[in-house]
Parts: sequence; C-alpha cells; structure tokens
Amino acid sequence: MKTCLVIDESCTVRKVARRILEDLGFQVAETERGLEALRACRSAMPQAILLDWRLPDMSGPEFLRRLRTEAGDERPRILVAASEARLSAVRAALEAGAHEVVLKPFDAEILGGKLALAGVA
Amino acid sequence: MTPGERDQLADLCARRAGVRMEADADQLQARLGAVARREGYLSVGDLLGAMRDRGEERLVSAVVEALLPSRSVFFRDPAVFEAVAARLRKRASKARVSMWSAGCSSGQEAYSLAMLLAEHELSMVEVFASDLNDRLLGQARSGRYSQFEVQLGLSSQRLVRHFTDDEDGFVISTALRDRVKWRRHNLLAPPPGRFDIVLCRYVLGWMLPTAQERALCNLLAALKPGGLLVLGADERPRVAAGLIQASDSAGAFEAAASLPTAA
Repeated sequence: MKTCLVIDESCTVRKVARRILEDLGFQVAETERGLEALRACRSAMPQAILLDWRLPDMSGPEFLRRLRTEAGDERPRILVAASEARLSAVRAALEAGAHEVVLKPFDAEILGGKLALAGVA
Repeated sequence: MTPGERDQLADLCARRAGVRMEADADQLQARLGAVARREGYLSVGDLLGAMRDRGEERLVSAVVEALLPSRSVFFRDPAVFEAVAARLRKRASKARVSMWSAGCSSGQEAYSLAMLLAEHELSMVEVFASDLNDRLLGQARSGRYSQFEVQLGLSSQRLVRHFTDDEDGFVISTALRDRVKWRRHNLLAPPPGRFDIVLCRYVLGWMLPTAQERALCNLLAALKPGGLLVLGADERPRVAAGLIQASDSAGAFEAAASLPTAA
C-alpha cells in the first residue's frame, strides 16, 4: 500500500488531506510538528510527504534539509502545501527540494493531480 | 424555471451549437443567474423574458454561452502532449507546422501546446485556437488564471517557468500569449483554415449526433494532407467510426487514415 505522511499544525487540514488520500488508496500517518515527523520517518519512511511550509517548530526548508541527511537512499516524494498563493512561495519550495507545490486550500482533484505529477498517484 | 422554458433553452443550445444541454435545474439557475446579474436583470425570469421579447443577438449569445460545457485543464491526458511533441520534433524542424485547438474554452490546451513548443524550442509552429464562447475566449486571450485553475494539470515547475503573478492570480508569460491566435468560431461552420494538427478534445462528446457528424466533417476538412486529428480519449467509438483510424496503441492519437474529401 502507498503511504503518505501529512505534516500540518491544523487539524482541519490534516482531516481533509487524510480523507482525500485514503480515497486515493494511501495509508496515512499524521503529525503536527517537524520533529515528530522526522521521528516518524525514522521508524517508517513514507512514499510521499505532504508538508505544510510553515511548521510550528521548524521552517519547511529546514525540515527538508534534516530529512535529506536522515533519509539516506530512501527518497520520499515531497509535496509542499503553501498558504500563500504566490509564485515566490512555489519557487522557494521547489528550490528547497519539493517535487510539487499545492496551494491551500486544496481539494481532491488538485491534490490527486499533484500527487500524479509528483509520481505517486 | 418552467419545463417549457427549459425546453426552449435546450432547443437554443441544439440550434446554435449542436450541443445537448445537460445542466440540471440548479445549475441552470446558477449559470443564468450570473448572466442576469451581469446584464442588469433582476431575475432569470426577467432575462429569459427579455430574450424572448427582444431576441437581441448579444443576449441570446450570452445565454447560450453560459449553458455550454466549459471545463478545461492544462495538459489534459499528458500522453497526448508527449505524442504531439514527438511528432513536432520530427516535422517542425524542417517545415512550418500549424496547429488548431478547436473548442479551446478558456485556453488551457492552447497554452499547454505553447509551453511545449517553448520547452522543445520549436519556433516553426503556429498555434491557432477557437471557441464559440466569447467570455471564455476573453479569459484565454488575457492568459489570466485563478489559483485553482493553475493547479489543474500544470506542474509547479511549469507554473514558475511560464507564469507571472499578482494579487489577482496568475498570468501566462507574454511570449507564450503572443504565440497563440484566438478567434470565435462555431464548429458547425466551415473550418477557419487548414492545419497539420487539429485537437478537438472533449467537445464532440457533448454534441447531438447530427451536429457531431457535421463538426467532425468540418474538422477533417481542416486537415492538410497527412494531417492529424486528435480527439478526446473516450470520444473515438461514438463519433469516429469509419472515418478515423487509431494510430497509437496508447490511444492518445486518432489519425485521419485517408482524408475523406467527399465526407
């Protein structure tokens, strides 16, 4: 089964994302913070990560940097969820290593399409 | 809305555009409500009354446009674009190639083609796009899309490469916008030119059988010798039997086998 880790402080966003991802056949894990997420990745690396770009305990780029040093050969596909619908936000996330960027709020069609573009549909 | 009014609207769509009206009562109310507000009428009833009494062409067009299907996403069926790119790389290096996005809606298909041309550095290709809906063509010409529209089918890489943004949304680059020529055109009328590749996807499927046939003949007449007609993935069996032969195992392509000039 495909696996996805949803990292977002907002319980509403996590709930919406979980429902969409489960409908797409993903097994979903959730965390609120970056450190917890890194721990979760250490115990079981997911195939995809939906990452809020503004975590309460670390920035998006910092999370991706730390994930890369820990992930080794396992390379999950990274979808960044950005709150700011601007190209600067999309560009920053891509430069930090995101495979795709989803602008909030997203729905099933948008998230499903982005997962397909990231190669984990 | 009375059943009689609904029948009249369906008849209007059939006569003007050959399209089967499938909107339910709520959708009709929502779409026509928007037209009524824009045109300064208090209700949908007033709008339809004015249309009947005065028969003003501009008003009739606005109503028909609002009832036509208009969904459009970037790079719909990615395999089709890969196949088009492969064909263009072969042909467009030697001679000028022309393409027509027929029934282009708000322009996503035409701009997807334009992006492809920029990415493959194909300068010898002309992109022509048409739709019956003036409002959608207006959006297409402006190249302006909402945050939701740019997330459907478009990769983030392409978004940052080919678009600019401001407070109101995202705008396709001037270079790409200048590449596409737009025109209002009814597919039931003779084609606006002849082309090497004609894309008419998810348009014929909405049409009534006789209109479908007529539109298909017009599309085939628009092909240069050896040209290619690309239809939507599920549109092959219903409209194309006998006239068109599948040329690609992935089902991405429908090639005109031999041009039925008498069709």
